[in-house]
Amino acid sequence: MTAVVEPSYRKRVGYQGGLLGMFATLAAALLVGGNVATYDAIEQRKAEDLQHSLAQVIPDGIHDNNLLDDRLVLKHQEKEVVVYRGLTGNSVAAVAYGVSEQGYSGEISLIMGVNRNGEILGVRIISHSETPGLGDKIEVEKDDWVYSFDGLSLEKLPEEKWAVKKDGGAFDQFSGATITPRAVVRAVRQGLILFGAHRAALLKDKSEKPVGPGIVSTTGTVEN
Amino acid sequence: MQYDYRQIARDGIWDNNIVFSQMLALCPLLAVTGTATNGLGMGLATLVVMVSSALVISLMRGLITPEVRIPVFVLIIAAIVTLVDMNMNAWMHDLHKILGLFVPLIVTNCAILGRAESFASRNPVLPSVFDGLMMGLGFTLVLVALGATREIIGSGTLFANASLLLGQAFSFLELELIPDYRGFLIMILPPGGFLALGFLLAGKRVIDMRLAKSRSAKEDKAMQGPESATS
Repeated sequence: MTAVVEPSYRKRVGYQGGLLGMFATLAAALLVGGNVATYDAIEQRKAEDLQHSLAQVIPDGIHDNNLLDDRLVLKHQEKEVVVYRGLTGNSVAAVAYGVSEQGYSGEISLIMGVNRNGEILGVRIISHSETPGLGDKIEVEKDDWVYSFDGLSLEKLPEEKWAVKKDGGAFDQFSGATITPRAVVRAVRQGLILFGAHRAALLKDKSEKPVGPGIVSTTGTVEN
Repeated sequence: MQYDYRQIARDGIWDNNIVFSQMLALCPLLAVTGTATNGLGMGLATLVVMVSSALVISLMRGLITPEVRIPVFVLIIAAIVTLVDMNMNAWMHDLHKILGLFVPLIVTNCAILGRAESFASRNPVLPSVFDGLMMGLGFTLVLVALGATREIIGSGTLFANASLLLGQAFSFLELELIPDYRGFLIMILPPGGFLALGFLLAGKRVIDMRLAKSRSAKEDKAMQGPESATS
């Protein structure tokens, strides 16, 4: 006998269905296992990334606390925003918080640091899924573009200038990608509007109970 | 049954190259080849998935029936891609920051399904893995060539940001070939991808034709014998 005869049970619908079901179960089990095995490590990396980004938007010299430790949660336009406070002693020197905006492909989330005067200390992109090679120039590793926000505030730059140059604003767009920088500029402007709306609550000393519109809670330590 | 590994290597890298002759995987190809570094990253990630899917599918080939093979292959490939993504995020976080954008794109790479269907599901483990490696290598080469072409013409640099992908030791790869180059935008945009790919394909055809011609000329000489070879 030269050719291998295929057993007849393999032709049955039950075998086919069972096979498919088995592989689906197997794949699901593998993914669950993979998720369990990597979840803690990924969370850990995310926390490190956050700490690293916070350190970039609130320079070390102007605060003396651990930025992850002094948090404040406030409600802005129906969304809860976590604010990290940089303190010198008891008073707030700077705050950092995340903002996000819809980019060219998916959400761009970024973190920005603002000092007591409402001036931007720094902006960093946390995550995005923009086109590699075009829209990813918003990353500080790839281009200096995000530095163009440093030192600006809503007082220093009039409202209509918060746009890319193509739209008559003050910020460069990238060749081949206008939607991405447009989204980032909009996000940063929204972030400054948030600061303006909650200024008093954000800048209240640590020892005082932070009351004001929108404050949801404060934390002394990071709960994980 | 003997497997001609040299033939498999030749097929993967040149004769039956995923892009050059199978014309597959053009979507991820055109999407990421704005720079040579991105091409390299995507190529390497694809290579890993191709080798591991070839391994798994070749091992399971006795079990899978022809009727349900496609959904099973898709499941296996998608599971591998997701696992690679998660593991890279957890243990090679810096690399994931660079390649993370590309990894999910690999699922859309029909060439992996194509190799699973036409090779790994019909051959033993070793040749299948070797085939996956060579096909992945061939794909990586095309990605780098296309990325380099587009990058040089489009932005005047070569391997920009390579140190982010490969580590500081490789920063020597980063070249600025044309200083103060103002950029040639269309090459970075998708149309530039089609243009560059078209020229690369034409170039491959020309080389193949030359090779065929010189081969047939040699054969002619051999047939005519030594006396006419002097004329």
